[in-house]
Amino acid sequence: MVPVNYYIVLSAILFTIGVLGVLTHRNALIIFMSVELMLNAANLAFVAFGSAIQSFSGQIFVFFVIAVAAAEVAVGLALIVEIFKSKRSIDVDQISSMKG
Amino acid sequence: MTLDLIFFLILSLIAITTALGMLFSRNAIYSALFLVLNFVTVAVFYLLLGAPFIAMAQITVYAGAIMVLFLFVIMLLGAEALPETQALPAQKYLAGGLAIALAVESTFIFLTRARPAGEIAAPAEAVNTLANLRELGQMLFSHYLLPFEVTSILLLVAMVGAIVLVRKEKRVH
Repeated sequence: MVPVNYYIVLSAILFTIGVLGVLTHRNALIIFMSVELMLNAANLAFVAFGSAIQSFSGQIFVFFVIAVAAAEVAVGLALIVEIFKSKRSIDVDQISSMKG
Repeated sequence: MTLDLIFFLILSLIAITTALGMLFSRNAIYSALFLVLNFVTVAVFYLLLGAPFIAMAQITVYAGAIMVLFLFVIMLLGAEALPETQALPAQKYLAGGLAIALAVESTFIFLTRARPAGEIAAPAEAVNTLANLRELGQMLFSHYLLPFEVTSILLLVAMVGAIVLVRKEKRVH
């Protein structure tokens, strides 16, 4: 028997590590991976809550989140490849041509 | 301390370690591989929570498809290690402080306001049977039919978008 609280705390810790990755890294790919980690942490909380109330809704939501994450990765990586082609870099600090 | 709890603690240790490994790796390839391990660990958590379908979807879609795409792009761009650029002064410490504040606040609010009650028992035998999976599928195709169809359109749009983005521009004379 594992209390739901433990899962929620674990989910919060993983989410925080993802936030830390977005805040500290310059590499666009690693920032992207950190976003995936945050989505994953949210999924864990969804399944834990769904399991606690004996409902399938949590699992179905996670199913949709996984589909959206797949779409997001396809478009995001295509954008990163394009940015690399024109700038020869994926450092997010270099991508500032739109800065006023 | 039950067997479940011991299992949970070991797995959560692995999950947090791999997440930190992703964060602190110098090489983007190692980051991606750490993240794969993290996703697999979370899939085992889903099995513990009695969600075998989601666990398998997690492994095939996340650990399989998405991370292979990441590794492919990292190797294609040769972006394993970026040179260190000058960040804002004290950015690392600021980010660390903010992240700790976020962790404490979110945990506090979850545990005091949401008040998730109860414990998750070990999944009964019934969870892993076919009837359970059938019920999930029926719910997906009846109650959640509209979101399901919208998701398919979203995937189509994403696919077209990705193709348009990386397509070579044809010179028009």
